[in-house]
Amino acid sequence: MSGRSVRRHVTSGLMTSLVAVLSFTAVFALVLILADLIAKGASSLDWDFFTKNPVPAGQSGGGVANAIVGTGIIVGLAALIGLPVGVGTGLYLAEYGSGRLGWTVRFVADVLNGTPSIVIGIFAWTWLVRPMHGYSALAGSVALAALMIPMIARTTEEMVRLVPHSLREAALALGYPRWRTSLRVVARTALAGIVTGCLVGIARIAGETAPLIFTALGNLNFTTNITQPMQTLPHEIYEYAQGPFEEWHRLAWASALVLMSLVLLLGVTARWAIRQRHGAAR
Amino acid sequence: MTTLPVDPATTPDAVSAPAPTPTPQAEWRTLRGRNVGDRLYRVTLTALALVLPLLLVTLLAELVIGAWPAIQRFGLPFVWTSVWDPVAGVFGAAPMIFGTLASSLLALLIAVPLALGVAIYLTEFSPKWLRQPIAFLVELLAAIPSVVYGLWGIFVLIPFLRSYVVPPLRAALGWTPFFSGVFYGNSLLAGGIILAIMIVPYIAAVSREVLLAVPANQREAAIGMGATRWEAVWTAVVPYGRAGLIGAIILGLGRALGETMAVTMVIGNRHDISLSVLQPAYTMAAAIANEFSEAVGDLHLAAMFEVGLVLFVITVIVNAFARLLIWRVARGTAVGSRAL
Amino acid sequence: MAPPADARLRLETVRLTALFGRRAVLKDVTIIFPAHTVTAVIGPSGCGKSTFLRCLNRMHELSEGGWVTGRVLLDGADIYDSHVDPVQLRRRIGMVFQRPTPFPTMSIYDNVAAGLRVNGHRGRRELDEVVERALRQAALWDEVKDRLRASALALSGGQQQRLCIARALAPQPEVLLLDEPTASLDPAGTQRIEELCHELKRLYTIVIVTHNMQQAARVSDYTAFFYLGDLIEVGRTEELFTRPTKEQTEAYITGRFG
Repeated sequence: MSGRSVRRHVTSGLMTSLVAVLSFTAVFALVLILADLIAKGASSLDWDFFTKNPVPAGQSGGGVANAIVGTGIIVGLAALIGLPVGVGTGLYLAEYGSGRLGWTVRFVADVLNGTPSIVIGIFAWTWLVRPMHGYSALAGSVALAALMIPMIARTTEEMVRLVPHSLREAALALGYPRWRTSLRVVARTALAGIVTGCLVGIARIAGETAPLIFTALGNLNFTTNITQPMQTLPHEIYEYAQGPFEEWHRLAWASALVLMSLVLLLGVTARWAIRQRHGAAR
Repeated sequence: MTTLPVDPATTPDAVSAPAPTPTPQAEWRTLRGRNVGDRLYRVTLTALALVLPLLLVTLLAELVIGAWPAIQRFGLPFVWTSVWDPVAGVFGAAPMIFGTLASSLLALLIAVPLALGVAIYLTEFSPKWLRQPIAFLVELLAAIPSVVYGLWGIFVLIPFLRSYVVPPLRAALGWTPFFSGVFYGNSLLAGGIILAIMIVPYIAAVSREVLLAVPANQREAAIGMGATRWEAVWTAVVPYGRAGLIGAIILGLGRALGETMAVTMVIGNRHDISLSVLQPAYTMAAAIANEFSEAVGDLHLAAMFEVGLVLFVITVIVNAFARLLIWRVARGTAVGSRAL
Repeated sequence: MAPPADARLRLETVRLTALFGRRAVLKDVTIIFPAHTVTAVIGPSGCGKSTFLRCLNRMHELSEGGWVTGRVLLDGADIYDSHVDPVQLRRRIGMVFQRPTPFPTMSIYDNVAAGLRVNGHRGRRELDEVVERALRQAALWDEVKDRLRASALALSGGQQQRLCIARALAPQPEVLLLDEPTASLDPAGTQRIEELCHELKRLYTIVIVTHNMQQAARVSDYTAFFYLGDLIEVGRTEELFTRPTKEQTEAYITGRFG
């Protein structure tokens, strides 16, 4: 082997190793973060943590029950608003979306998907907080719903488009009217994928803080009134992490672990269920 | 469905004289207009679909309307003035714009080699059994909420930087303008690093799909000509997908521009322009997060609206550009939607 | 071609032209399908066979830019008449496609019953009877009677196609349209379906599009040969294959092109 040839092979080997190293570095970063979460947060996960409300600043004890319930309410309400609109838009795009309106809606969905979530927060503030003269969980839910709708619209459309055209034709040839074909045959076949997309969407917004900063704000007290400010896990982490108290930091880590687990459970499993179906369909 | 000469949908609902006692078999000849279901369905779906364009229009409108007082007052110099004085009513967004661009660029500098490395490794070099696990783990990075990154940044990254990274950096490069000044922890550097970790999965995912879309014969042709594995990838596959890879990077940029929580927790939130990455800085998103709800006076609020407007416009343009590039390589497949 | 004097006309087309936008893919087709016969439609790829079939149950207009001129008469009434509801019409004409397309989220029973349920029939006993009848007609009953609730995807390719036939037969259409039904099946499956055609014509009028001339010869009473959108020749199957009157027909069946 000539010297030049040897050099090329050595370079090839080096570069191959380099990309491997880079990949493992990326994975390492993840492992580091997860490890820190567990190390610093797991020890605080006791019964009090989940059931008690925050105590006055500086004191020890107390928990984040208000934040956990708040996240449940706000995300739940956002899903109630966002899922029907998102799935409906996705169905529209798949069924009637080849015209100009369809193209427009798709374009708008892409634009909104790339919009920073804090800008969506401004939107909700203008239309809900300002007229209502106060922060509210409702405004937060609307902001999260607005974030969710374009996401879910696109995944729904994608899933429905995967259904083979021949299935739709078979239904139509049988005498199914168009609406029934779209709902009872096509959408039903794509249902698993649609639901997965919805779960991913919910997981995404469950972790969002920015749109809540000036809509739902936070609340040191426990409340289930959606016209009042309400605490959520992400917002609580944001507040406590930047506070001066050790106690708060401890709670922030534990909350981050809980939030992370929630998001992970919902989101990543759902994503991989999609992948499996993709793989199976191919 | 186009207009047919005999399309029932375009003719009025005139029912002819029914055939004498039609049998169930012959129903189809005389009955018409059972289209209620179809019409209702379409109307409902269309109404739902209109929510999105409505949303965008109202969003844009209220950004412009809200920002108008500031736009009138400061005009274009808003973008390059540095003074930010709520009390005196003078607002210039240059530091935030600078910080946004600088932090994003720094993030790209760190993230691009990592992300491309992951994408190339996963598509070309990694053993098959390793592919799923690594891809899964990298994707997990995308699932971590921004605020959790911020938390980690404050309590793990910054102390680490302060103890192990900055001293050697300053020792070696402190004479350059990029590493001068005192390091307090919250800094452009911290912000850039956190952003980098956050955007790696997006760039990697899209790059991977771009590389997978490159036809296999490109690689095979190179190998057939005697190239080493690396050379085949670097000189045949990557250039073919170059436009898409650049698109993936710009998509990452788009995400970095809009990131709020993690950035505002570690970057220092100071209206200041400095070339040194050790200094605190500010981004548009972070500024909105901090100052919007506590705006002092109407002009301050209007200025925040204007910042929001500028941020919105910049991210829309960047994302549109990214999509264009990606689409040109992947030709309309679902590439890039994963990055959502 | 003159129909046999005693045959009741079931389906016929009069100067049927099918277009996509401004392009005509079928030109001026006039043909009669006598009741209780099997007519094979043959011709090279792209000659318009499938489009023709889709005109017979008003599926053609569902394609982008599709429309027709001319008339298609079912028992003497024009199905393209402005008073006709295409959805109802398609319940009178059944169609089976090239690839088996059972509804994947439904059981075998539900698949067969689908055409009835969409028409409003819900009575349990009635459905049971109809499902059994349809599955028997499709020669599938014995194989699935113990697992009617199983997913339709559990069946083999040939069984799925027979399921699709049962599904098409359940609403008791007058005409059955088969678009290359054995194209994706193995020889055993193909044979079952061909046997079915013989049995089914006692009850239905069948039009079958096929790429396979031997199949046309085995299965049909009449054969129609299409080429580039024109109906070149139609006649009794044995006559068309042994004594074709048009040159193109002869060229095709002797394999000179196609």
